[in-house]
Amino acid sequence: MVCILPCGDRARKVVTSMFLTCWQSACYTSVFRYGIDSCSQPQFPARKAAPFVTEQTTRFVFPSHIEAVADAAAAATHFAQSCGVGEQTAFGIETAVREAVTNAVVHGNKEDEGKTVEVIFNCLEHRVEIEVKDQGEGFDPNGIPDPTTAENILKTSGRGIFLMRAFMDDINWSPRSEGGTIVRMAKKF
Amino acid sequence: MAELNIRERQAGDVTILDMDGRITIGEGSVALRGAIRRLLEEGKKKVLLNLAGVGYIDSSGIGELVSSYTAINKDGGQLKLLSLTQKLQDLLTITKLLTVFDSYDNEADALSNFK
Repeated sequence: MVCILPCGDRARKVVTSMFLTCWQSACYTSVFRYGIDSCSQPQFPARKAAPFVTEQTTRFVFPSHIEAVADAAAAATHFAQSCGVGEQTAFGIETAVREAVTNAVVHGNKEDEGKTVEVIFNCLEHRVEIEVKDQGEGFDPNGIPDPTTAENILKTSGRGIFLMRAFMDDINWSPRSEGGTIVRMAKKF
Repeated sequence: MAELNIRERQAGDVTILDMDGRITIGEGSVALRGAIRRLLEEGKKKVLLNLAGVGYIDSSGIGELVSSYTAINKDGGQLKLLSLTQKLQDLLTITKLLTVFDSYDNEADALSNFK
């Protein structure tokens, strides 16, 4: 698919490629948008222009079972590396995705295999954006107590959301109109 | 291949569990829980977890470490950690659990600090 987007009074050519692949427990689609900047080249010598990836979106749909958590985490690491983030940042992204998908599978969908968890990775120039959607009944993340306080430090659960917040730059939860919860998180690199 | 392999050895009255793999939700956490439960049933209450081979731990695995710590303490025993990888150290620092666990880089140091 090729389209022309506005670029001042000239034009930027954007080529969008879409791939469908099945990998481990999920099938996913990848969308790559290659921008070829023609703003300074009125004649637009396309074959000589160096294309650059402006955006890469990959969408996974996972079944609601525990094994999907490891698959989603592996996908997150693979995606982060392909996006060019460093090892430490990739570790944080893997952790956040692992915890988000665990919550979606266990607390959201309650391991109901009739429900799915959708994970969308979007790679921008210096930012990774991730969405994790479940089909559960929703929850209030602000109701989760701080696991680092003296009264909670020895609790055996309740650290997932804390870790997600610790490793990502932006994160928010919102209800989906069709039911369930969507977590949106982003990491700059 | 199992998500978490655990080998047991004895150093005096301290049981050392050499762990290799990941302690994450599902198989890894269950394997650790089972190992600690079995040790307590056998009356082995001084436990050193060698985490040198553990490349990753999630919130469920962290919870399992806390659960192991409280179960052993409740039974009058002691749990210490050995050879945390940098990633594990980061996770335990963020969650402030490094202030709870006794952790060591050297096995001899760890063993000498069991009472």
